[in-house]
Amino acid sequence: MKEDTNKTDIVKQEEKNQDLAERTRESRVYIPKVDIYEKDDVIYLLADIPGSDENMVEVTLDKNVLTIDARVKPERPEDYSLNYAEYGIGDFRRRFNISDEIDREKISATVKNGVLTLTMPKSAPAASRKISVQAV
Amino acid sequence: MIYRRRSVPSLWEEMDKLQREMNQLFDSAFTNRLENHVDFPAINVWVKPGEGQVITAELPGIDQDELDLKINGDVLTITGKREKPNQENEETYHRQERIYGNFSRSIRLSFPVDSEKVEAEYEKGILKVWLPIAETEKPKKISVKAV
Repeated sequence: MKEDTNKTDIVKQEEKNQDLAERTRESRVYIPKVDIYEKDDVIYLLADIPGSDENMVEVTLDKNVLTIDARVKPERPEDYSLNYAEYGIGDFRRRFNISDEIDREKISATVKNGVLTLTMPKSAPAASRKISVQAV
Repeated sequence: MIYRRRSVPSLWEEMDKLQREMNQLFDSAFTNRLENHVDFPAINVWVKPGEGQVITAELPGIDQDELDLKINGDVLTITGKREKPNQENEETYHRQERIYGNFSRSIRLSFPVDSEKVEAEYEKGILKVWLPIAETEKPKKISVKAV
């Protein structure tokens, strides 16, 4: 099934292993597609969250776990009924383990045209310290 | 005994997974060939009888100027381009799941469109196109007169 890349590339994947706690809202949860790249000691994370905007995205960092939670308000054209569907409508959620080298205080996030951009600068490496050995 | 009991749910889970994968396989082998499931962007079609259709497509991260819609008879064509965030190739990718580049998709509609009244909006990464039925094609009500 994996070789059918054309399909898996496009079809949204539904999140299967959710937390033990159930969600109170009854809606589907999808895994957003992401790009993560590094440039000039900054790690960028781009996530596709169509249908969500800056007011509905929550990014939390708890210990080493970065959680992206994007809510999507299901919008249906008034008086129209869904006749044929290729994509499901639902929220987006994904978690990442991030390393200690990221400067937590400097993480910033923006949303534009349904794409979340997280900018995560790496912290400057701790200056090496020489420990002098003293004779006793 | 305990060992056995433990293994049972996981077996069911495996069966479930297998079934899902089988369904996916059949889906891609049959229905998708007819319905063009593999096309990008994925679309949803909304219908209002006698009025027309609304087509929505998930197109996150596209510059509005790069989107192009054309109506030719009863065929709607969506073309566009998704730019890579940076072109210099100086970056190192840890993960790349999003797709970049040009795309084009044509959708044949089941009715002639009033091309003057077609409207489209692009918001939050979702494209929405209103396609009203051409006035000449709308069902006409014929009043019955008493003689």
